[in-house]
Amino acid sequence: MADWTYAEALREGLRDAMAEDPRVIVLGEDVAYGGPFGVTRGLKEAFGSERVRNTPISEAAVVGFATGAALAGYRPVVEVMFMDFLTLTLDMLVNQAAKYRYLAQDRLRVPLVVRTQAGVLQSAGAHHSQSFESWLVHVPGISVLAPSTAGDAYQAIRWALRQPDPVVVMEHKALYGRRTVREPAEDVAAGWAPRATRRRAGQDATVVSYSAMVYTALEAAERLAREGVEVEVWDLVGLSDSVMDLGLVAEAVQRTHRVLVVHEAVRTGGFGAEVAARLQELAFDGLDAPIERLGAKASPVPFSPPLEKAYLPSVEDVCQAVRDLMA
Amino acid sequence: MEQTTDQAEWLQRYRLMYLIRTFEETVARLVRQGEVPGFVHLSMGQEASAVGVMAALGPADVVYSGHRAHGHLLARGADPLAVLAEILGKRDGLGGGRGGSMHLIDPGVGFWGATGVVGGTIPLALGTAWARRESGGIAVVFFGDGASTTGIFHESLNLAALWSLPVLFCCENNGYAEFSARAEQSPVAYASRFAEPYGIATARVDGTELWTVIRQAQAAVQAVREGRPFFLELEVVRLAGHYEGDVQTYRSAEEREQARSRDPVWRARQGLLDSGISEGEVAQVEEEVKRQMRAVEDQALAMQWPEPAAG
Ligand SMILES: Cc1ncc(C[n+]2csc(CCOP(=O)(O)OP(=O)(O)O)c2C)c(N)n1
Ligand SMILES: [Mg+2]
Repeated sequence: MADWTYAEALREGLRDAMAEDPRVIVLGEDVAYGGPFGVTRGLKEAFGSERVRNTPISEAAVVGFATGAALAGYRPVVEVMFMDFLTLTLDMLVNQAAKYRYLAQDRLRVPLVVRTQAGVLQSAGAHHSQSFESWLVHVPGISVLAPSTAGDAYQAIRWALRQPDPVVVMEHKALYGRRTVREPAEDVAAGWAPRATRRRAGQDATVVSYSAMVYTALEAAERLAREGVEVEVWDLVGLSDSVMDLGLVAEAVQRTHRVLVVHEAVRTGGFGAEVAARLQELAFDGLDAPIERLGAKASPVPFSPPLEKAYLPSVEDVCQAVRDLMA
Repeated sequence: MEQTTDQAEWLQRYRLMYLIRTFEETVARLVRQGEVPGFVHLSMGQEASAVGVMAALGPADVVYSGHRAHGHLLARGADPLAVLAEILGKRDGLGGGRGGSMHLIDPGVGFWGATGVVGGTIPLALGTAWARRESGGIAVVFFGDGASTTGIFHESLNLAALWSLPVLFCCENNGYAEFSARAEQSPVAYASRFAEPYGIATARVDGTELWTVIRQAQAAVQAVREGRPFFLELEVVRLAGHYEGDVQTYRSAEEREQARSRDPVWRARQGLLDSGISEGEVAQVEEEVKRQMRAVEDQALAMQWPEPAAG
């Protein structure tokens, strides 16, 4: 296979993990039928309905069930169809799954994986478009990954299913169909870890992002290059304390002296604030300007295409923010 | 009381009930003395439920509970010293002082956790029951009548029935959720009624009568071992406040007096005497337990605090 889509990569990650480890089970609404995004297609045929379980619309109880099964040694993967519905599972994730290891002094662990799908695309509207990563990273005990490429999506699943503690994999609906060249190294799960990855080199400014917004940043970098400004683009991949290492990004900052953080989530209280705070701790002396943040507008996600388009940071918004940083 | 039951076993069960009562009286006193950090919910009046249900379980079974969990954990066989030390926040407590009264966990005795969030452990029991379906073990979850008004309770009943999970729901109905009586919380007087439309077998019993609880719990556990959920509602009384320090202005003197007349420890004691066990034998058990608890208290109070770095 010369290339693959993000959705195919996720599916392959699940299939390989299930083939390798009989404790891996998949649960979610319609997962046995492939789910609305087709990520779990074929898994029931391959592994049976005992391991690929359609659930009722009971997000909280299903994540609770999966937590109880994980405590007993299984490796459940729960698909929460939209990240917006993660609200219903937060009590289980935050108050049960994330707490067990600590409270039980490592004698009980919760190797639970929650896959969920976030992001703005094609007027999904106020209840099917949101990005809630900053709620999750606020809770010690949960790892959060937000892959942007098919290769990282595959590895994120494989990596998550090797962890002894809860992991949330935040997928993006706009990325499912995106094709990327399949690197040979991606066939080997061993050795991969969620770490900040440089997607483009440059010396004038550093743009830090993750998930689908990485592509907006890359497009902006192309446009800026035509203006003679070379932007370095970093993709965080891992967001929680447990997996985030900003060391290399801080080194980049020492070279570029200017930083923009950009994500889809609403700017206020968004994850960019955490990144900005850490980068100024790590690289304050290298900064020539205050770190800039771009995020969605402080509004529920609008429906109508022109409203939706204006809601997210655009390529031009990123370009302008970089130009302002350079001024 | 059934004449077929062995008197030594009766005394053993009574000892456990008396231990839970004495343990919690000790905790209550330590609360008044300012020795106990945080919130404490005592299970006085619910000892027969704890001891009776545990009597029907085996070592492969897993138990979850709620915020009123001391009795369940002790009845399951946990070391009273480790439990008290945890409630006091000591380093050598069950959880190294990380959890306290509402977060007791002891995998060594198959007790996989209390919870500070009402209803929070109900679905966990489902997943554990499923995961251990081939071990011969079942999962049991204790919760209060108040938990039956949460969404997670109803989602869990549906899932347990849908997937025929070997889980025993034990609802300890003490008539109150904090300060509010059942009638203020739900138009449905008995939580077990909620299980019926899902097709889950139910039983509602006097949870202050040890031998009744044991018999009913054995039947329930048997049904669960055959591979389907069961909902056991135990009508108990709350002899203490919702939490220690609760002055209970919302309860009438008559109602509290009526609750006291159903004291399960006293009823079990009467049962022993009626069966021909002598006052002296019973008193000896009580004396031994009191002595044990005095030693446990002294040891727990003398224990070290945890080091923050290790936490
Ligand atoms: C989700 C949630 N809401 C509210 C509370 C506060 N609270 C603690 S115990 C309790 C009452 C619970 O009543 P019940 O389930 O009958 O248990 P009981 O205290 O009677 O044993 C409440 C409201 C909580 N801990 N969790
Ligand atoms: Mg109650």
